[in-house]
Amino acid sequence: MMIDHPLLGLRDAQEFTYLGDASLIDRPDWQAKDAQDQFHDYLYLRDNPAGEHRELWFHETGDRSWLVVTRNTLTHEISKVELARDVARARGRST
Amino acid sequence: MSQVNRLSGGQVNRNTELNFRFDGRSFKGFEGDTLASALLANGERLMGRSFKYHRPRGVLTAGSEEPNALVELRQGNRQEPNTRATVAELFEGLEAKAQNAWPSLRFDAMAVNDRFSNFLTAGFYYKTFMWPKPFWEKVYEPIIRKAAGLGSISFEEDPDLYDKGFLHCDLLIIGAGPTGLAAALTAGRAGARVILADEDFRMGGRLNAETLALGDVSGADWATETLAELASLDNVRLMTRTTIIGAFDHGTYGAVERVQDHLPQAVAEKPRQILWRIYSRRAMLCAGAMERPIAFADNDRPGVMLASAVRSYVNRWAAAPAQQVAIFTNNDDGHRTAADLIAKGVNVPAVIDVRADAPAVAGTELLAGAEVIGTQGRLGLTSITVRLANGQTRKIMCGALAVSGGWNPNVHLTCHQRGRPQWDAELAAFVPGPDLPIGMTVAGAANGQLSTAQALSGGATAAVVALNDLGVAASPIAVPQAEDAPIALKPFWHVRGGKSRAWVDLQNDVTVKDVKLAHQENFVSVEHLKRYTTLGMATDQGKTSNMLGLAVMAELTGKSIPETGTTIFRPPYTPVPMSTMAGRATGKHFHPTRKTPSHVWAEEQGAVFTEVGDWLRAQWFPRKGETHWRQSVDREVLQTRKSVGVCDVTTLGKIDVQGRDAASFLNKIYANGFAKLPVGKVRYGLMLREDGIAYDDGTAARLAEDHFVVTTTTANAVLAYRNMEFARQCLWPDLDVQLISTTEAWAQYAVAGPNARKLLEKIVDADVDISNEGFPFMACGEITICGGCRARLFRISFSGELAYEIAVPTRYGDALVRALMAAGEEFDVTPYGTEALGVMRIEKGHAAGNELNGTTTAQNLGLGRMVSKKKDCIGNTLSEREGMNDETGLRLVGFKPVTDTDPVLAGAHLMNASGAVNARTDQGYVTSACYSPILGSAIGIGFLKDGANRMGERLRAVSPLEGSEIQVEVVSAHFVDPEGERLRA
Repeated sequence: MMIDHPLLGLRDAQEFTYLGDASLIDRPDWQAKDAQDQFHDYLYLRDNPAGEHRELWFHETGDRSWLVVTRNTLTHEISKVELARDVARARGRST
Repeated sequence: MSQVNRLSGGQVNRNTELNFRFDGRSFKGFEGDTLASALLANGERLMGRSFKYHRPRGVLTAGSEEPNALVELRQGNRQEPNTRATVAELFEGLEAKAQNAWPSLRFDAMAVNDRFSNFLTAGFYYKTFMWPKPFWEKVYEPIIRKAAGLGSISFEEDPDLYDKGFLHCDLLIIGAGPTGLAAALTAGRAGARVILADEDFRMGGRLNAETLALGDVSGADWATETLAELASLDNVRLMTRTTIIGAFDHGTYGAVERVQDHLPQAVAEKPRQILWRIYSRRAMLCAGAMERPIAFADNDRPGVMLASAVRSYVNRWAAAPAQQVAIFTNNDDGHRTAADLIAKGVNVPAVIDVRADAPAVAGTELLAGAEVIGTQGRLGLTSITVRLANGQTRKIMCGALAVSGGWNPNVHLTCHQRGRPQWDAELAAFVPGPDLPIGMTVAGAANGQLSTAQALSGGATAAVVALNDLGVAASPIAVPQAEDAPIALKPFWHVRGGKSRAWVDLQNDVTVKDVKLAHQENFVSVEHLKRYTTLGMATDQGKTSNMLGLAVMAELTGKSIPETGTTIFRPPYTPVPMSTMAGRATGKHFHPTRKTPSHVWAEEQGAVFTEVGDWLRAQWFPRKGETHWRQSVDREVLQTRKSVGVCDVTTLGKIDVQGRDAASFLNKIYANGFAKLPVGKVRYGLMLREDGIAYDDGTAARLAEDHFVVTTTTANAVLAYRNMEFARQCLWPDLDVQLISTTEAWAQYAVAGPNARKLLEKIVDADVDISNEGFPFMACGEITICGGCRARLFRISFSGELAYEIAVPTRYGDALVRALMAAGEEFDVTPYGTEALGVMRIEKGHAAGNELNGTTTAQNLGLGRMVSKKKDCIGNTLSEREGMNDETGLRLVGFKPVTDTDPVLAGAHLMNASGAVNARTDQGYVTSACYSPILGSAIGIGFLKDGANRMGERLRAVSPLEGSEIQVEVVSAHFVDPEGERLRA
C-alpha cells in the first residue's frame, strides 16, 4: 500500500505502524460522572465497517507523524490522509 | 540415437551443443532449449510420476502452467524440487532427476497405488484415517507424508545469494507477446517510463511459437525487430526471465527475476534471483491465454499434450514430440497444429474434431464428429481409440496426441484484489471482470482478444489510454497486417462413455469420477469441490484444470458454468523459492544486530553475549579458572556488593522531552505525579496502558525546567516512544512539548557498589561535587568528566547499592568504559553482565519484564498507592475498576526455599502447603528466580494471592512442566537491604 503523507508525499505503508480506529483520538473526560463507562466504550467498542474507515497510522521509520488515513477496508483505496494533530485540534482537543 | 526427434529450423542455436543428464542418463541439446524441449528432441516423453497414483506422465504444456513435468534440478545444496521442465533453461552439465518415483522413473514401486485407485478416491484420507485417533499422528501421517508429496529438499543451506530490489515506472507491461510488444513500443516512443517483463528467457510470446506472418516478416522476426528498438530506448527497461507474481495494493507489483538460474553455476557476489517490488502508476496485463485440455479416458499418458504446446515445440524448439502426432480438437485453432506439423514433415495420421461440421485439413484425414475414447501405451502413448461419427471405433497409431479444448484468457493477476472473472459465452471462457486492481488494464488475449491482429491493436490502443490517463500524449504504433481469424469453437469438456478414468487435474490426480463423487456427497460449491478433491491446488494452481472441473460440476448440477461459479487466483502466479522471499535476510542477517558502545571492549574481556531483542549484551565475563557460568555471575554479584562493578546499560530506552509543558506532559504519561519534580532530581515512574495494566517502568530525570530525560525498559523503548508521540499529537496536541529518541545517542554505564563514589571521583572534573550531600540519592545533573567531556550523571540504583548511571555521547562510550575500569583497578572493580544485573534486581525485588507481563496492575506490583487519583493520566480511570482492586488479589512477594539447596523455578505455581494441586487451588506463580550468592540459596519473586498478609507462610512451588515440587517460605521481595541504607550511603 502507498500512503500519501500530507508533508512527504507518497510513502510505502511498510514505513508505518498501524494502530486502529481514529476514534482513539476522542479520549473521554476523566472527570465525567460516568468516566469509567465512557473509557470502557472508548477502549473496547469499535465499529468494524466494510467500507470507509478512518484509522491511525504512525510514520515510525519516517518523520514520526501520526496520520489519520481514510481507507476503504474492502478495496484498500485511500481517499484522504490528514495529520492526526490537525484532526485532534478540529475535534476540540488542546492541552 | 542423439536427438532423434530434432527437426529443422527453430530458435535453438545449433552451434552450441549442450550436454545434460536426466535421471542418470546423458543427453545432448542445444542452446535455447528448455529441459522439456531437449528431452522431446531426444525422444523422451516420460518425465515424471503423478502425485497420488504414481502414473507415468509426460509434458502437457510448453510453459509455466505445466502440471506434470516437475523435476529436481541440480544436486547437493543447490538441489531444487518441483522445477517445471518446461521453463528450465538448458545449460551445459545440467543434472535433473524425476521426482516422486522410487526406485526409478521407469519402474516405480508406488505405482501400486494405481491398482487401488477405487479406494483412493476423493476424500479417502478424511474417511479412512479417522480412527483409532492416536494412530493419526504416530502411524498414518508419517506413512502418508512419505508416500505423498512432490520433490524433496536437501536440508542443506542454499549457498547462493538472493536479493531484493525496488523499481518505479509509469507503465508496467506484464507479458511480452504481440500485445505487450505493441503496448511497449507505443509507450516507449511516447517517452513514458516503461517496464516490460516476461517470464520467458526469449520475449515474443506466441509469436515465437507460431508460423503466422506479421506484414511481410515472420512473427518471431517482428518480435526481434521490435525488441531491438525497445532496447535502444533509455526510458524502457526490458526484463526477461522475470515473472510478475502478484498484483498488490496501489499499483505495487511483485516480480521474481531469475538472474542466474540458466547458468551452470551462479557467479558469486551476484544474486541468483531478485525479488523486485515494482511501483507502477499504471499497469497493463498482456499475459495472453492458456489452452485447455479435454478430458477423456486415459488422457494422461506421456505423449498427450496441448496442441499449442506441440506447435511451440515444433516451431520454436524444432522438437517433434513423436514421429506420428494425431490431433483432437473442438476448434479451428487445433487445425493449425496439423498444418505446422505437416509443414515440418511430421506425420499426422488424423485430425479428430468433435464438430460434425469441422472444416477440412489439407494433408491429413479429418474425422469430423469423432471423439477419442481411449489411449494405449505403458510408459508412453502408442495408439488412441477413436469413436467415429457413425458410432464405429477405430484405433490410430501415434506417439503423441495434440489436444485443444479452446483457450482461457490468463486472468490470474486480475483476481489478486478479489476481482472476479466473468463468463464470455462466445469464447466459452472466463474473461477479466470489472473489478480490476486499481490502475490495471487488460489487453489482448488475456482480455479475450484472441487473434494476433486484435492483440496488436488492443495492446497499442490500451497503452495510449493508460498514458493519456497520466497526462502523457501518445499515439498507437502502426500495427502490421496479421492473422485475424474469428473464434470457431464448440464448447466440449469431456468425452462420455470411456472405460477408464478421465483426468481433470493431472497434478493432483483428480478424475471426472472424483468430481462426480464430490457432487454425489453434496460438495457442489466450487470452493468445496476444490478442497474436497484438491482440484486446482499445488504448484500450478489448476491453470489447466480449474475450467474443466468447473464444467463437469456444472453439467452434474444442471447449471450453467457462470452459475456454478469460478475460483479466483491468489499470488504468487508461479511458485517462489523461500530463498528469494528471504533475500539477504538469512542467518545472522535475519534481523539487525545492535551492539553496545562497550562491545569491542567486552569482546576483549572474553564476555559471553546474549541477545536482548536486536541488542547483543554481555551476559557475564568469565575469568581464568571459571568453568561454570554461575561461578562468574556469583563473583560479579559479590564483588559489586563488596566493592564496585560496572555494567553497560545503554540499551535502556532514552527519550528526550523538552518544552514549556514537558512536566505536565509527563504527568499525563506516568501514573505517578511528575509536575512537582525539582530540577536536578530523578523519579521512578510507572506507565500504564489505558486499560490500567502496568506496561513499563523507568525513570525521568529533570535536567532543566523544560527538559527531562525519560528512560524505558530495553524491550519497550520503541513502544513507549510511539505511545508518547500518540499522546502528544493525538490527545494533547497543544501542549508545548517535543520528543526525540536518544537511545543510540548516549552511552550509559551503571557504576554500583560501596566504592562507586570513590571510583567516580577519579573521573569527574574537579568542580563537580558528587559527595552524598552535594549529589544525594536520586540526584541528576549535567557534568563534565575526564577534563571537559560532557556527561550526564544520575544517582539511581537498580542493584540496591550506592550507584550511579553515567552517560556520555556514544562516540566516547568505549573510552569511558576503559577509563572507568582503569580508575577502578585499585578497588578491584568488576564488569558485570545481564545475569548479575538480574540477580541483584531480584535480590532487591525490582520488577522487570517477567513481572510487567501484560496482566499485572500497579496493585499487583505493590505500587497501588503510586497511581495518582488527583490528575488525568493514561490508564488511571480504568485502573480503578473493581476487579483490578481486589484487596486480596495477587501481590508481589519473595520466596525462599525451606531447604536451602532446593532450586526455585520461575514459572512454578504456588499451592497451599497441603491439598489438591490444580487450577482452582492455585495461589499464584513465581515470575523470576535465581541463586543469590549473598543469601547462599535460591530465591524467587512472584505474585501471590493476598501476598502482603501471608509473610512467613509455607507453600508448595509446583512445576508440572519440570516435574518439580518444593516447599517455599513467603518473605518480603526485598531480600537485600530492605531499608535502602546502602543506596543512600
